[in-house]
Amino acid sequence: MLYREAGDFKTSYQADSQTFPIAFDRWRYWAVLVIAFCVVPFFVNAYWANAILVPFLIYAIAAIGLNILTGYCGQVSLGTGGFMAVGAYACYKLMTSFPDVSIVIHIILAGGITAAVGAAFGLPSLRIKGFYLAVATLAAQFFLVWMFNKVSWFYNYSASGQINAPERFVAGIAVTGPNTAPWAQYMICLVFLTICALIARNLTRGTIGRSWMAIRDMDIAAEIIGVNPLKAKLTAFAVSSFFIGISGALFFAVYLGAVEVGEAFGIQKSFLVLFMIIIGGLGSLFGSFAGAAFLVLLPVALKVIGVDLLGWPTDLVAHLQLVIVGALIMFFLIKEPHGLAQLWRLAKEKLRLWPFPY
Amino acid sequence: MKMKTLAAMALAGSMTAGTAMADLVIPDLSYRTGPYAAGGTPFSDGYQDYFALLNARDGGIGGESVRVIECETAYNTERGVECYEATKGEGALIYQPLSTGITYQLIPKATADNIPLHTMGYGRTSAANGEVFNWVFNYPANYWDAASVAVNYLLDENGGSLDGKTIALVYHNSAYGKEPIRTLEELSALHGFTLTQLAVDHPGQEQKSQWLQIRRERPDYVLMWGWGVMNQVAVQEAANIGFPMENFIGNWWAGAEHDVTPAGMAANGYKSLNMNPVADYPVLAEIQTLVHEAGNAAGDGSNLGSVLYVRGMYAAMLAAEAIAKAQDIHGVADVTPAMVRDGMEALEITEARMAELGMEGIGPEFAVTCQNHGGAGQGLVQQWNASSGIWEPLTGFISPDAAVIAPLVAEDSAAFAAESGITPGCL
Repeated sequence: MLYREAGDFKTSYQADSQTFPIAFDRWRYWAVLVIAFCVVPFFVNAYWANAILVPFLIYAIAAIGLNILTGYCGQVSLGTGGFMAVGAYACYKLMTSFPDVSIVIHIILAGGITAAVGAAFGLPSLRIKGFYLAVATLAAQFFLVWMFNKVSWFYNYSASGQINAPERFVAGIAVTGPNTAPWAQYMICLVFLTICALIARNLTRGTIGRSWMAIRDMDIAAEIIGVNPLKAKLTAFAVSSFFIGISGALFFAVYLGAVEVGEAFGIQKSFLVLFMIIIGGLGSLFGSFAGAAFLVLLPVALKVIGVDLLGWPTDLVAHLQLVIVGALIMFFLIKEPHGLAQLWRLAKEKLRLWPFPY
Repeated sequence: MKMKTLAAMALAGSMTAGTAMADLVIPDLSYRTGPYAAGGTPFSDGYQDYFALLNARDGGIGGESVRVIECETAYNTERGVECYEATKGEGALIYQPLSTGITYQLIPKATADNIPLHTMGYGRTSAANGEVFNWVFNYPANYWDAASVAVNYLLDENGGSLDGKTIALVYHNSAYGKEPIRTLEELSALHGFTLTQLAVDHPGQEQKSQWLQIRRERPDYVLMWGWGVMNQVAVQEAANIGFPMENFIGNWWAGAEHDVTPAGMAANGYKSLNMNPVADYPVLAEIQTLVHEAGNAAGDGSNLGSVLYVRGMYAAMLAAEAIAKAQDIHGVADVTPAMVRDGMEALEITEARMAELGMEGIGPEFAVTCQNHGGAGQGLVQQWNASSGIWEPLTGFISPDAAVIAPLVAEDSAAFAAESGITPGCL
């Protein structure tokens, strides 16, 4: 009854093509933003920030990035972990080389550097597709991790090969380093996620997004109707890597504070982000959020239920978690191959007709 | 009805929180899953069993019962951070994460939160400089000590000279494995041996090419900085290429029973460092009767008395002694993390005290000071006897070369102090 188009008259082309055509959705969108920006920062504590909210926000940025490449442009990538590492190490080198420049600029530049690296590794996509491209990006993953381990310039020749984020401030408030307040950590990630999501939304519904989707749906047909595959594929790699680089920089500087490339950005990270977009929904921004939330929250929720409430041994819960996550992935792939985003779409369709379905 | 249940749950929650405040809370960031579980499980069993023994025998420490909160990290830094944040609010007194990667995460966090961190034989070596790392302790020994102890042992074997020898270092390609390189480079320049570095990537199952290189180059000795499944694979690979086992020395994280048993008789003669010789300590019998037979064993109870079990128990003993010391200094039983830090900095472990605790000779004697958070740095060399299935100590405690390590610690900790804006000084 509340959730319907009827009575909501669109009188301009702009209004007609807006993201949320239903008034209820628009209200909900603004409500989420108000809660995220004006309510949560006052209640967030160190546990919620570090264990749930900050990883969710950062993985959501990474998932948006990978979704642009895989979900919108159809290029399978297993190099997400490596590209996140590029973002992290670029941010570290910039932070330590130019300590007087704002960390926000460093994070954006880290995204830019990752975009350049991503576009370079995207070059093979002009000749190869599908599984072969997946293998090429897998090579990028292993090469980048090896390089950050091998070349000690990247970690400023420290004895352990670890990189540590020095303390940096935005408007006088620490956002990296050990003395960061939980709300500051949360806010910087939230601001970056909001801007990234807005950019991604507007790119994907514009010319460039349509050319990506044309390539995804059938590259030869797209080329015939005038889409330049070189431009479409390389921009998809660059934009996707830009977001992934930002997420890697935040992951290192704001979330963990110290990382080691093999452990933090290994192949398992590539798979984790890939699972996020598969479970969330390929080719959907909402899916990126849903998938990130699902895979960040699920282990924590299982741990709280198993260890804290039921008092089971920690190793049993950790093993069960692997079983449950694996089973859920299979369940989703069989029952809903289009992911959580499709469930959401179906729910909205049903809501529209409620209470008079036909 | 629903509101009632919720209210009851909230009430129960607040009551448990109320009683919990009086306990001494010790988090156990363990890992019983993943590729490093073989080492993490016995360590955690020993750690928890010792506190269970204190609770059962003495009613805790200084009359305060100990509550251990176990949290599974799977040796993963992200989960380690989650565990730290989850247990910090419970009033955690001391963290011992048993992971160098997690230690690097926790050094700044624990320092900012004023909770002491004890990384026994792992973690950041330069934390031995207590003036820079006020809240971090790594007594009784660290990686650079281990590297020096191993080289001193080899010097002893070779009549005082390693000139012209080659030593290969097989290391886990992580912060943990890279730690000894700087010291070994210094020592190789000093003693004239050639150092070859062979990195093994996480988790360590792929070592064929490294051992082929060893077979080709035939180094005189192989040192190993390994952990988890990497150790078992390395011992097997060394056996496969016929490398003489008595010239293959692991560090103290590469010398437990489960590392050598998979290779069977082929592992006979493999050597490793240790800081806790395995012996028939009286305390183990007490744990057997008061903890295991009472049905309170951590894990499945099968690890009692193994190398890493003893080390976990030793870690728990050092924590308990520090808490007792803190209670002594401040005159209160319900100590805070800051008081525990004072206790750790005043800790002194003597032969007499270890004998009193039923673990005579379990570790070196040492005293902690504000300047030196690293302890004595001694280690011993043990050798695996495959037919009897025991680790036999070959030497007594060997001292490291302080003249080499002290300047390195000073240099690295000064770099850290400059990087993080710390003015060195005692608290």
